[in-house]
Amino acid sequence: MSEWSIVWEARSTILSGLWLTCWLFTASILGAFMLGCLMLYLLERGGALAWLLRGFINTMRALPFLVLAYLLYYGLSQLGLRMNAVTAGLLAMIIYHGAYFAEILRGSRLVLPPGSIEAAQAHGFMPGSIFLHIILPQLLLRTRPLIGNQLIYALKDTSFLAIITVQELTAAANAVQATYFIPMPAFVVVILLYWAITACLELAVSKAGIFGKARGFENV
Amino acid sequence: MSDLPAVEIRKLSKSFSGVEVLRDIDLTVNKGEVVSVLGSSGSGKSTMLRCINWLEEPDSGSVFIAGQRIGYNSDKQRPMTNREMAATRARTGMVFQSFNLWPHLTVSQNVAISPIKVKGMPKAQARDLATQLLEKVGLGDKAEVYPFTLSGGQKQRVAIARALAMSPEVMLFDEPTSALDPERVGEVLQVMRDLSGEGYTMVVVTHEMEFARMVSDQVVFLDKGLIIEKAPPEIFFTNPASERVRRFLDRQD
Ligand SMILES: Nc1ncnc2c1ncn2[C@@H]1O[C@H](COP(=O)(O)OP(=O)(O)O)[C@@H](O)[C@H]1O
Ligand SMILES: [Mg+2]
Repeated sequence: MSEWSIVWEARSTILSGLWLTCWLFTASILGAFMLGCLMLYLLERGGALAWLLRGFINTMRALPFLVLAYLLYYGLSQLGLRMNAVTAGLLAMIIYHGAYFAEILRGSRLVLPPGSIEAAQAHGFMPGSIFLHIILPQLLLRTRPLIGNQLIYALKDTSFLAIITVQELTAAANAVQATYFIPMPAFVVVILLYWAITACLELAVSKAGIFGKARGFENV
Repeated sequence: MSDLPAVEIRKLSKSFSGVEVLRDIDLTVNKGEVVSVLGSSGSGKSTMLRCINWLEEPDSGSVFIAGQRIGYNSDKQRPMTNREMAATRARTGMVFQSFNLWPHLTVSQNVAISPIKVKGMPKAQARDLATQLLEKVGLGDKAEVYPFTLSGGQKQRVAIARALAMSPEVMLFDEPTSALDPERVGEVLQVMRDLSGEGYTMVVVTHEMEFARMVSDQVVFLDKGLIIEKAPPEIFFTNPASERVRRFLDRQD
């Protein structure tokens, strides 16, 4: 039996890893995106909480993702807060990439011309409404390429979760290669799968560019 | 209620980092009146206008919009909450020098969104209102395009329609034609002239002497944060009391 047919025989392991990776990725970027928007809103309101959030975001940016995953899985369980590996991994992804989304949006917020916000204030909008209807849509249109990059980083960070025993795609490939001693074919298949997901993401992000183009936010 | 002035400014003062920009401003704008505000650059015209809707918070003094004090809740003797502030601001309309349209929304959405989000108007009704106001400013055919495709004059007319959609007590204009190509100025002034003909109350910061002369009921001249002349245009332009205004007018032509 060739090495490639062994990988084929083990396809159910790899597919279940792929499924878990896709699921973790989707759930975590949705969570992270909402968390990022929420943090941006709280930063916008200012005060002590905003100050704390800045500290939190900077901490996340200084921290390697794997260390955060270790901290949530092993560190918290030492303190008596035991989560299963998938929950810990999902939480780590949401917190970590939420901080990055917040940072991307904040950077764009700093250079958003104040005129459109003043106009909304003058028309009687409440602060929450200004954020939701005036600020956030413009920031999303302005940060599309950065958000696209961040999605790809997030996809790749899911593979670190193999180390805290989550049976995602990388862990599945590792299990297959270790059982049958076929590292090359197993990892080549996994590389191709990650590449395929990345290609889909890039396509989606570039398609999303039509919203910006129609509104004059992009001119390529 | 109806004979209360649309805007009343009393003893308004404002400094920016220790530099006094407005000093003891008193101004009454009656319903249906057009008041033009003139003065050289840096004299405090924009700041005065922005204090009317509290985009700038004055250091002292008070502003009343159709009898209601803005920024301060007189009944409860405390500063206004965000909600009270928003509701009071909604009674004024503002048109900016740089248009400040919302670039992510279509022209029609720019006009309809404030009635929907601020007043809770049903969407279909707000869309009809937008269509009608865009017709009024001569842009009925531009409803579905995005602002970046418009000329400056068209953008400013959308901004006027957007402000009108809130049926404000007063329209505040901050140099509405200063950012326009000369050949686009006329179309905006024409819309403003029409509004004054329909009885809208307007405060207009402008450098358009012809407009101030023909359309205003009162002309106000600001110099270094002080109102140094306040007169009907017949008197302001022919026989101003102050030497400063005379010099300003001489430089105009
Ligand atoms: N936000 C601000 N911070 C500091 N100084 C300001 C600010 N806004 C206006 N000023 C100053 O206040 C003075 C009056 O400005 P402004 O009201 O814009 O004048 P005008 O509209 O008549 O040209 C100017 O000297 C200007 O530099
Ligand atoms: Mg000005």
